[in-house]
Amino acid sequence: MPETYIARSSAIAARMLAGEMMVMNSMDSTFFTLNEVATAIWQAADGRTPLREIVRNRVCEQFDIDPDQAQTDAEQFVSELSQHGILLVSDQPLGDPHTPEAL
Amino acid sequence: MTLVREKTGCVVQIGDIPISLRTDDKKFLGLLRQRYAGFLSQSQPELELEFDLIDPSPVSDDDVRVRREGALWVLERGDFHARWDPLTGCGRVRQTANPYALDSVLRILHSLLLSARGGFLLHAASGICDGRAYLFSGVSGAGKTTLIRLAPSDVTLLTDEISYVRPGPNGYSAYGTPFSGELAKAGENTNAPVSALFFLAKGPGNRVDELAPAEAVRCLMRNILFFAENNELVEKLLATACDFAQKVPVRTLTFYPDSRVWDDIRNFEAIPAHA
Repeated sequence: MPETYIARSSAIAARMLAGEMMVMNSMDSTFFTLNEVATAIWQAADGRTPLREIVRNRVCEQFDIDPDQAQTDAEQFVSELSQHGILLVSDQPLGDPHTPEAL
Repeated sequence: MTLVREKTGCVVQIGDIPISLRTDDKKFLGLLRQRYAGFLSQSQPELELEFDLIDPSPVSDDDVRVRREGALWVLERGDFHARWDPLTGCGRVRQTANPYALDSVLRILHSLLLSARGGFLLHAASGICDGRAYLFSGVSGAGKTTLIRLAPSDVTLLTDEISYVRPGPNGYSAYGTPFSGELAKAGENTNAPVSALFFLAKGPGNRVDELAPAEAVRCLMRNILFFAENNELVEKLLATACDFAQKVPVRTLTFYPDSRVWDDIRNFEAIPAHA
């Protein structure tokens, strides 16, 4: 099964406030608030770490979530944010991600 | 025969930023002076805009486009084209002699200036009550103008349409603007520290509700005026919105449109908000 690599888009602004990550697309002003699990995935989206590894090391280890369910939820989250141009997705490692100041 | 027509002008100071507006058209200068009468200033201008008037074009539904061209900002719509250099503070505007184009150019310019200074223009009415400014934001029809019309006589109108917010040594302050909406009345050229921002809704009674910080920022970003699809600008505005939401109470205000709502506004800090 091919790996999935994810990276944060360079056309976004992100900020953490009161424990919640807010992400805004600069091009169309869509605005997302990420929960703790989504924030963990977002912060680990370096373009080089496979999504499966992110889920195993950053989600299942930190949160009490069933691994299969976590993988399914992560894929859905990645799909949604990629449709809005907020995450870049590839089956090959991606270049250096945008690193917002607040991360 | 006059070969060179000298440009004369006036200084318009909104939000404590004096901008020189220069034109060689006396009628247009008269229009400027009349439109911004409460905001004319003798201060040394920080910025200078020169106007070249063009013939009226057919009515255009073009959207505003704001983009960077190297160091310059370029502002365009069907009825104006402006180029402004933030390094020198000088700009040139080609526009028809209509006040709406002029208001638009100034609003965009101030939104760019404010973003760099940690402030913003907000789609909101605002007024000063007991020395404190209150902002009332919401979509068209939410009740901004209604609330201002219900204000007691001791409330000073800052604007019924576009609020001007910038940080100062004592927190965020709201300034009056000449940009009016339905009320068709310019705000007073004064300012006061912001006491609260309310997002409005009409309802059967008056009620103030807490907004979670992230929701406050979401509502704020939805109503801040910014025109450029520019990542640096959006990052700056998001940082400002987060800072504002941490320092200023942001609430929803559901209100029944009669004057008693202003009692709740005056005393909102004493009334526990619904969590």
